[in-house]
Amino acid sequence: MIEIEELRRSFDGNEVLKGISLKIRKGEVLCLIGGSGCGKSVLLKHVAGLMKPDSGRVLINGENMATAKAGRLRALRSRLGFLFQGGALFDSLNILENVAFPLKEKTHLSDELVQSRAMKELDSVGLSGSEHKYPSQLSGGMVKRAALARALVMDPEIMLFDEPTTGLDPVTGRAILKLIDSCHKRFSFTGIIVTHEIPNVFSIVDRVAMLHEGKVLGEGTPPEFMSLEDPTIRAFVGGYGWEVKEQRGNTDEEI
Amino acid sequence: MIINPRKILTFGIGSDKLAAMTGIRKLGVFTLEYLRRMGIMGLFFFKALFYMITPPLKFLRLLKQIRFVGLRSVFVIILTGAFSGMVLGFQGYYTLNRFGSDAFLGPMVGLALIKELGPVISALMVTGRAGSAIAAEIGIMRMSEQIDAMELMGLNPYRYLVVPNLLAAMISLPLLTAIFDVMGIFGGYLIGGKLLGVGSGTYFGEMANYVKIDDVMEGIYKSFSFGVIIAWVCCFKGYYAGVFEGFGSEGVSGATTEAVVLSSVLILVWDYFMTSILF
Repeated sequence: MIEIEELRRSFDGNEVLKGISLKIRKGEVLCLIGGSGCGKSVLLKHVAGLMKPDSGRVLINGENMATAKAGRLRALRSRLGFLFQGGALFDSLNILENVAFPLKEKTHLSDELVQSRAMKELDSVGLSGSEHKYPSQLSGGMVKRAALARALVMDPEIMLFDEPTTGLDPVTGRAILKLIDSCHKRFSFTGIIVTHEIPNVFSIVDRVAMLHEGKVLGEGTPPEFMSLEDPTIRAFVGGYGWEVKEQRGNTDEEI
Repeated sequence: MIINPRKILTFGIGSDKLAAMTGIRKLGVFTLEYLRRMGIMGLFFFKALFYMITPPLKFLRLLKQIRFVGLRSVFVIILTGAFSGMVLGFQGYYTLNRFGSDAFLGPMVGLALIKELGPVISALMVTGRAGSAIAAEIGIMRMSEQIDAMELMGLNPYRYLVVPNLLAAMISLPLLTAIFDVMGIFGGYLIGGKLLGVGSGTYFGEMANYVKIDDVMEGIYKSFSFGVIIAWVCCFKGYYAGVFEGFGSEGVSGATTEAVVLSSVLILVWDYFMTSILF
C-alpha cells in the first residue's frame, strides 16, 4: 500500500532523511517515533506528496507521489487524509463548514446530504453542539477532533497523523488516541502515526518504527520493537509499561 | 625565505584578490537567487492565468472577493478622488491663471485624472487597503498549513485563493478608477467653478472638447493592468510567505510589507511603460 524506498532529503545542506525505507501494508497502522527534529514530519509530508525527495521514492498503490502529474497527484491525495499537528482548520469557516468543505467541493451531494454527513462525522468525534463555533473558539483537543472529522469525512484509504496528541493534556491525548483507534476500526484505513505518546500509542498500532539521525533505527511489532537491544531505542522507550494491540482486550475503557 | 602559510592554502592568491573573489561569488549567488525567485513569480502568474481561463471558476468566491476588493474600497476611493480633484482645481487654476488660460481648467483636471492620477492613485489605494489584506490572509493560511490541507483534499489552491482575487481586481480596478475620476472632476469643479469663479459651462464644455474617448480608454487599460499587478504580487507574496525568508508572524508581516512595496513600485514603473506605449 505505502512503500518508501531509499528516501533522501536535505535542507540547506543538512541531510534530514538519509535513505529511509519502510513498507506499510493495507489496513496496517504504523507508529513512527523518534527524537524531535529527526525527520518524522518531513517523512510524513513526503508520503502526502507535499514535499519532493532529493532521491528515492514514495509509492502509494505502486504510484510514485513525487513524479505524478498535478491531476493524478490530486486524485491520489483524494484518497488520503492528513491530521495536521495544529489542525489546519480553515479559520474563516465554522466547524461544520470545515467538515463539510471537502464534501461540498469534491462530491455532487445535495446541500442537505452534505450537512447531515458532516454532522454525523462531528457527532462521531463528540463535537455535536459545537458545530457553529469557529476554530479560534475551540480548545486544542476540540481542534484535533474537528480536524479528524474533516480528514475522515471523505472516507480515506490512508490516514496520516502528525503528532495528534502534542500539546494536549494526558487525558485528552489518550482520548484522541482512543478516537483514532475507533475510527480505524470503522474505516479500516492504512495509517501512519507520528507521535511521542509512548507507550499508549503501542496499544493501537500494528508496527512501530524509530527514526534516528535520518535513518530507521529499528522496526517491528510492538513486542518485537520493545525487545530490540539497541541502546538508543532502549533509552527512548525504556521504563515504559505498554500493551500489545492483540492483547489489549477492553483497552478502550483503559485509555 | 619566509613562507606565508595562508598563501599556500589559497593557492598563492593574495588576501585582497581572495576578498574580491568572495565578493564576486556572493554577488553571483545573490543574482542567481534573485533570478530564481523572479522565475517562480513568473510561473506563478502563468499558472494563475491558466487556471483563470480553464473551468471550474469558483463563482461565489469571486463575488466575495469583488465585494472585498471593489465594494469595500469605494468609500476610500470617493474620499481620495474628491480631494485629489480639489487640489488639482486649486493648483490648476492658479497655474493657468498666470497665462490667462483658466478656461482650460476643466480639460486640465479631466485629462490629468482620467489618464494618470485616477488609475495610479486608485491602484495605490487598493494596494494599501485590499492588497495588503490579501497577502496577509494567504500568508496566514500558508503558515498555519491551511493551504497544505487544501492540497491534501485534492483541491487546487490557485482556484480558491488566487484566481478569484485576480479576477476581482481586474473587474474592480477600472470601476473604482471611474468612480475616482468622477469624484475628482466634481471636486475640481467645486473649487474651480464654485469657489474660484470658472463658469460651469466653461469647465465642463471645454472638458468635453478636449477629453477624447482614447484618453478614457487609456485610463481603463491602465487600471485593468494595475489590477493584475496588485492581485499577482499580493497573492504571490502571501502564497510564498515564509518560503524564501522569515517564519511565522515575521514571515507574514514581511510578505505583507513586500507585497505593498513591490505592488506600488511596479504600478509606477508599469505606468511609465503604458504611458510610453499608449501616447
